[in-house]
Amino acid sequence: MHITQGTFSYLPPLSDVQIRAQVQYCLDQDWAVSIEFTDDPHPRNAYWDMWGLPMFDVKDSAGVMNEVQACRAAKPERYIRVNGYDRRYGRQTVGLSFIVQRPKNEPGFRLERQESTDRVIRYTLHSYATDKPEGERY
Amino acid sequence: MVSKAESPPAADPGLTSGVDLGQAYRDSNIDALLDELDRELVGLKPVKTRIREIAALLLVAKLRETQGLTTDRPTLHMSFTGRPGTGKTTVAMRMAKILNHLGYVRKGHLVVATRDDLVGQYVGHTAPKTKEVIKRAMGGVLFIDEAYYLYRPENERDYGPEAIEMLLQVMENNRDDLVVVLAGYKDRMDTFFHSNPGFHSRVAHHLDFPDYETDELMGIAELMLASQHYEFDGTARRAFREYLERRMTMPHFANARSVRNAIDRAKLRQANRLVKKGGTVARGELTRIDADDIRQSRVFADDGEDSTDTPHRGGKDAV
Amino acid sequence: MAGKSGKETGKSRWAAGVTPYKEMGYWKPDYEPQPSDILCAFRMVPQEGIEPDEAGAAIAGESSTATWTVVWTDRLTAYENYQAKCYRVDRVPGTDQYIAHIAYSIDLFEEGSIANLTSSIIGNVFGFKALKSLRLEDMRIPPHYVKTFQGPAHGVVMEREYLNKYGRPLLGATVKPKLGLSARNYGRVVYEALRGGLDFTKDDENVNSQPFMRWRDRFLFSMEGVAKAQAASGEIKGHYMNVTAGTMEEMYERADFAKEIGSIIVMIDLTIGYTAIQSMAKWARRNGVLLHLHRAGHGTYTRQKTHGISFRVISKWMRLAGVDHIHAGTVVGKLEGDPNAIRGFYRTLLCNKADPDPTLGLYYEQDWASMPGLMPVASGGIHAGQTHQLLHYLGEDVVLQFGGGTIGHPDGIAEGAAANRVAVEAMILARNEGRDYLNEGPEILAAAAKWSPSLRKALEIWKDITFDFTSTDVPDGVVTPSV
Repeated sequence: MHITQGTFSYLPPLSDVQIRAQVQYCLDQDWAVSIEFTDDPHPRNAYWDMWGLPMFDVKDSAGVMNEVQACRAAKPERYIRVNGYDRRYGRQTVGLSFIVQRPKNEPGFRLERQESTDRVIRYTLHSYATDKPEGERY
Repeated sequence: MVSKAESPPAADPGLTSGVDLGQAYRDSNIDALLDELDRELVGLKPVKTRIREIAALLLVAKLRETQGLTTDRPTLHMSFTGRPGTGKTTVAMRMAKILNHLGYVRKGHLVVATRDDLVGQYVGHTAPKTKEVIKRAMGGVLFIDEAYYLYRPENERDYGPEAIEMLLQVMENNRDDLVVVLAGYKDRMDTFFHSNPGFHSRVAHHLDFPDYETDELMGIAELMLASQHYEFDGTARRAFREYLERRMTMPHFANARSVRNAIDRAKLRQANRLVKKGGTVARGELTRIDADDIRQSRVFADDGEDSTDTPHRGGKDAV
Repeated sequence: MAGKSGKETGKSRWAAGVTPYKEMGYWKPDYEPQPSDILCAFRMVPQEGIEPDEAGAAIAGESSTATWTVVWTDRLTAYENYQAKCYRVDRVPGTDQYIAHIAYSIDLFEEGSIANLTSSIIGNVFGFKALKSLRLEDMRIPPHYVKTFQGPAHGVVMEREYLNKYGRPLLGATVKPKLGLSARNYGRVVYEALRGGLDFTKDDENVNSQPFMRWRDRFLFSMEGVAKAQAASGEIKGHYMNVTAGTMEEMYERADFAKEIGSIIVMIDLTIGYTAIQSMAKWARRNGVLLHLHRAGHGTYTRQKTHGISFRVISKWMRLAGVDHIHAGTVVGKLEGDPNAIRGFYRTLLCNKADPDPTLGLYYEQDWASMPGLMPVASGGIHAGQTHQLLHYLGEDVVLQFGGGTIGHPDGIAEGAAANRVAVEAMILARNEGRDYLNEGPEILAAAAKWSPSLRKALEIWKDITFDFTSTDVPDGVVTPSV
């Protein structure tokens, strides 16, 4: 299983040089870059844990890359994503979001079907990882 | 940007056709930056000479690199010493641009920080603060004003050393990412470097910013006035020179900054004078600063009190 | 009508009989449009012998208070207020066409009703004998009137946050063949395409509830495909369930069912009519379901340059009406679309404030007063090999629908979908790295094809497919690049 959330999940894993270029693109758009991590990659999990606050007023990607490294070192078996936030009027949302680290093993999701009347089926995604308590999932 | 040489002659640098130094210099656009500096700042001869030298050194180092000559990446951290108002920040801003044009920093912006921006008051506050400032300065120049305040040996529980430790680390490990300029009064910086040899060994260029001569300060004043569409009349010019001579001997003299403050005061008095007079005012009168506008300053009062003016007591500067 | 043009003089405005529109107050060259006025630009070709300003005045008259003869009952009203005013007429150089600019007081229109707006403005002037042809080119809808509409049920920002997808065009495909698949086979295509990497699949406009596949069966099987693809990818996916039906009640029933089984999006056709569209937009907002609009039928009146309605006007109406998606052209695909005109449509759909821009066919400024933008959809004869051009012309806020370009892949639907996704992500990556992706596009795709066999196959099979015809609807006086 390979979770394909994020802007570049269909490409081979980005090298640090490539990540850096994307971060610089965000900074050049005057977007604040932030780093988030999680061990619960359910697609409806909107709130991954924040690795510090969004980085405002940063001009160069070097400082952001230090934070990416620090987050990787501290959370080696988590999903980590980098977001560029566009605060422009009329936008005020994420402009780019891509995964920069995955756990070695991604167990993925089970599709649960609850059979109801009239052939209606209610579907639920169940993340195998969340069977284990937080901190022991990957 | 320095244009990379087209053919990499790494095999035998001695036999290749060499590089066009003049072209590289023109490409770097350094002259325009230095000219701008000349226009912006009166005087500062020795500083400007040093900057030209440093720029030349860095340009040649880049060219050597393109020629495959092994060069250690030059250390770029600097110390700027001098009294307030001698142009340290302005020069640092210009320096950031020069470093950017020569390809030594990627963005060329200047982040100014003081102890308050770097050091926290409680355990655990210093590292995030310093990290934040460093992050913003990446790709540019970090200018630490009155750097010696980071080090307070008299206070055992001071968190300054934590910030110093982090700064030393990035000055060593992130030399490609940012340049640090430490600034402050010369004597205190000397003491600071003495007690923090780590800084001293990482700073390559020491630039001393001398106090301005009276003539230079007059030049600065005239420049400032002209840019705001004011001018001294003949007597005002004499009065202002006299003002400067007195002011320079008084405490908290801050060179160009003191000149700016004095001019702001004079403008205030001029306006007051015109309003009191009333009636029609000729265009010339609106631009003219007269001797009275200067001489009412408390700098001229023997007892140090100024009857017509309430000076800022808390300000850095006498009026 | 020809008899009316400028012959009578010296007659009282209120004398019984027929008076030229010009003299009845519908031609006001010195009129200063009010900020709250609705402005319209009409392209008209008057019959021989009709003066252009009289023709403009006639349009103003017939689309507001006038009838063919003087009526004394006008004098019971503050008629000056209700009269539309033609305030400018410009000849289109080198043609027999004119652009008439007409201002309508906001009083003429019911709040929040596209039906009323359109009945007023395009109600009966288009059949007017004094004109050979007439086309509504653009409208300036003032914020005062904009604010009486709901607007997009969700809008671009909300849709992206809902889908958790940022920074790239979304990808879709219409299930093919359009007609004849059984529900089970249909759901297979949905599953394969979504699993392969698309964000959306789509019912076609004429897939409603026919004998070979009834709507409820289609919804159930499609939803199985959507859910399985979500589990396989960890992404949010959707299938536009077309709820178009013969009556409003049936549409509500289908939409409610789609919502109940967990679909994030439903779809309607333009053919259901403006009022039904507005009703469905309210339903979509109330129920948190995205609303996709297929512009079925629009080509009958948007395509010809001298008669009908420009699609940029339809775009404005649909933004007001409140849909979240609308098909708006591809530039490079099989359907009509001049690059500049299409840029104008996209700007109309997405911008908060647009300035007039004749090169894009935008006659007026348009202030949307913070009404959210809606997602344009590019569909029809596009494929992965054009990704760089699509990104260049359409930007990243768009759904690129590669129908045949997904399902026709030799290695299967999922491979076709993956090829499209790889192409888009590789192009965005390159663009963000600062590369000249429009010119280097083929190399960027070729480099990605080295490690992606699905993209390699897609590029090989469709490499020479282009649809290079001259557009019929091109903004005036602008050199248009051919794509």
